[in-house]
Amino acid sequence: MLRFLVRRSLGAVVILFLLSIVTFLLFFGMPRDPALLICGKTCNPQSLANIHHVLGLDKSIPEQYAIFLHNLFLGSNGFAQGPCPAPCFGYSYHTNDQVWATLMDRLPTTVSLTLGGAFFFLLIGLGTGLMAAWKRGTLIDKSATAGSMVLGSMQIYFLGPLALAVLVYQTHWFSKPAYNEFTANPITWFTGLIIPWLVLSTIFAAQYTRMARSSMIEQLQEEHVRTARAKGMSRRYVFFRYAWRGSLIPIVTIFGIDLGSLLGGAIITEYTFGLPGLGQLAVQSVFFSDLPLLLGVMLFSAAMILLFNIIVDAAYAFIDPRVRLS
Amino acid sequence: MTTQTKEAGAPSPAGEGSLLSVRDLHVSFKTEDGIVRAVDGLSFDVQRGRTLGIVGESGSGKSVTNLTVLGLHNPMFTTIEGEILLDGKELTTAREAELEKLRGNKVAMIFQDPLTALSPYYTVGRQIAEPYMKHNGASKRVAWDRAVEMLGKVGIPNPKERAKDYPHQFSGGMRQRAMIAMALICDPDLLIADEPTTALDVTVQAQILDLLKDLQQEFGSGIVFITHDLGVIADMADDIMVMYAGRAVERGTTDEVLRSPQHPYTWGLLNSMPRLDSDLGAPLAPIPGAPPSLLNPPSGCPFHPRCTFRDRVGGSRCVTERPLLAPDRASACHLTADQKRTIFVEEIKPRLG
Repeated sequence: MLRFLVRRSLGAVVILFLLSIVTFLLFFGMPRDPALLICGKTCNPQSLANIHHVLGLDKSIPEQYAIFLHNLFLGSNGFAQGPCPAPCFGYSYHTNDQVWATLMDRLPTTVSLTLGGAFFFLLIGLGTGLMAAWKRGTLIDKSATAGSMVLGSMQIYFLGPLALAVLVYQTHWFSKPAYNEFTANPITWFTGLIIPWLVLSTIFAAQYTRMARSSMIEQLQEEHVRTARAKGMSRRYVFFRYAWRGSLIPIVTIFGIDLGSLLGGAIITEYTFGLPGLGQLAVQSVFFSDLPLLLGVMLFSAAMILLFNIIVDAAYAFIDPRVRLS
Repeated sequence: MTTQTKEAGAPSPAGEGSLLSVRDLHVSFKTEDGIVRAVDGLSFDVQRGRTLGIVGESGSGKSVTNLTVLGLHNPMFTTIEGEILLDGKELTTAREAELEKLRGNKVAMIFQDPLTALSPYYTVGRQIAEPYMKHNGASKRVAWDRAVEMLGKVGIPNPKERAKDYPHQFSGGMRQRAMIAMALICDPDLLIADEPTTALDVTVQAQILDLLKDLQQEFGSGIVFITHDLGVIADMADDIMVMYAGRAVERGTTDEVLRSPQHPYTWGLLNSMPRLDSDLGAPLAPIPGAPPSLLNPPSGCPFHPRCTFRDRVGGSRCVTERPLLAPDRASACHLTADQKRTIFVEEIKPRLG
């Protein structure tokens, strides 16, 4: 297990390293000069060159990359805005804030959105899928399948404003979506996020419903499930102990991918509900050609996806005794 | 041969005293192509302490019959008519909860492929212990000890440790032994073994058969042994029922059926068995044609399209009239008893060597 974790973590570091190179090169392939955005109306070649120098953009690309790596691992005191301890992604071109601090500031919003959303889409998605599989072929099954199909083909930018219009502005049943810190007041944290959670989960739940249903039905036809029935175990026991266990692998796989990518920022949901998470930050960084922020968000999101990939692979070993790690 | 042996395997009118008696069983499945009559008017009996061998090609209804006994068919697509009596208790109309109490307890089953038939996710010991906990209300610990004891009984070395293993850590033969331990843990009256040795190699097969025979001696269970292997059946069964197209076509004691078979299909089966002492170059003699479609079975005798003796019956009886299977020693064929005897002695037996 330990060997597996070490090996996979090293692999992840290599991937992140390559990704940072690619991001760096792609950034310099962009036709937009970040200095022009900063320079403003009174821009002349002199001030432009000055900004280039301050941002370090006058150095060669390999040199800039070397500085980036140095700062990331060792920190730097060379920034005009102040000291930058490791992990240092530098200061944002646009806001002049320290990138790592910005990331950490936005993270709780994204984590809250992700975990709450995941709770609801697992609950709704798996619950509906299991019920459909249990009642296979009945009206309940058919309406669950059709319903998840309809909801799954919806889009957040349609469903979100609709939910806001009906549930918040018209009926006033729910409060306006906002991020309030959990530690400050758990109740406002919950009420502020419940609409985004539910909207996010309706879209995601559909795929879990479909997957839970189909893999449960597949598992229920396995011979070992029939053996368990033949030795007198009840339908419920066989359903939850034997078939469910076998269905876990595909569900955990997809869940790991979803969780990882949501932790990298749910861009559409954050914009729809005006939640200041990592997704908004990612769009901003591209929009303002903000290299330090872009690198920060990219690497952080990628690290999340890689982390959950490793967790999923480790989870296989707990689910299926035939899987051996390392 | 005593009268008792004579009656065994042959349905008496009410099946009195039989452990299991099946009467005029019809099982049909609804499929997209139409109705499949998987079992069509089948009757048989199993006595305590005896083994009934059911032989037939794939798709002849052997396995379906026995899944139906335990109520393990899919009720949504399956229609069942007729009677299945276990110790005089009707099973076709029994409630699910009652069947659950019987399964693994009074009636246990062993399946063909022990790799797929055991769950990969739980230890062998746990899977064996489960029915004991369920049916005897035993605690986890007691059931586990019992599972270890059973593993020892079926010849697994070091059962205490091996019980903690998962099925994939067992060899094929050991998995089948574990299946048998699981089936026997509640001391069932009736054991249904559905091709239990088909997936195993020959030496392991012989060990498993010996084990089953020993355990039957010890526990006195009735066994229904399903196979397509006549060699295995000769070794295991007291009585034989030959099935074709969802019907019984011949029935009798093992001795009777194998020494003086009466049905052209049984002749074909015996004839198609390769022999160790035949010439190496001698071709196998398969039964011509293919098993009939159960969606649209042939009229009259279902075997008539493949039967080489049907012109000896005269007229078109084979095509129009379904031959019935009389109780006791019998075969469902329109040939007269004399014809059957002479054809077997003069034409079939010499070929069997």
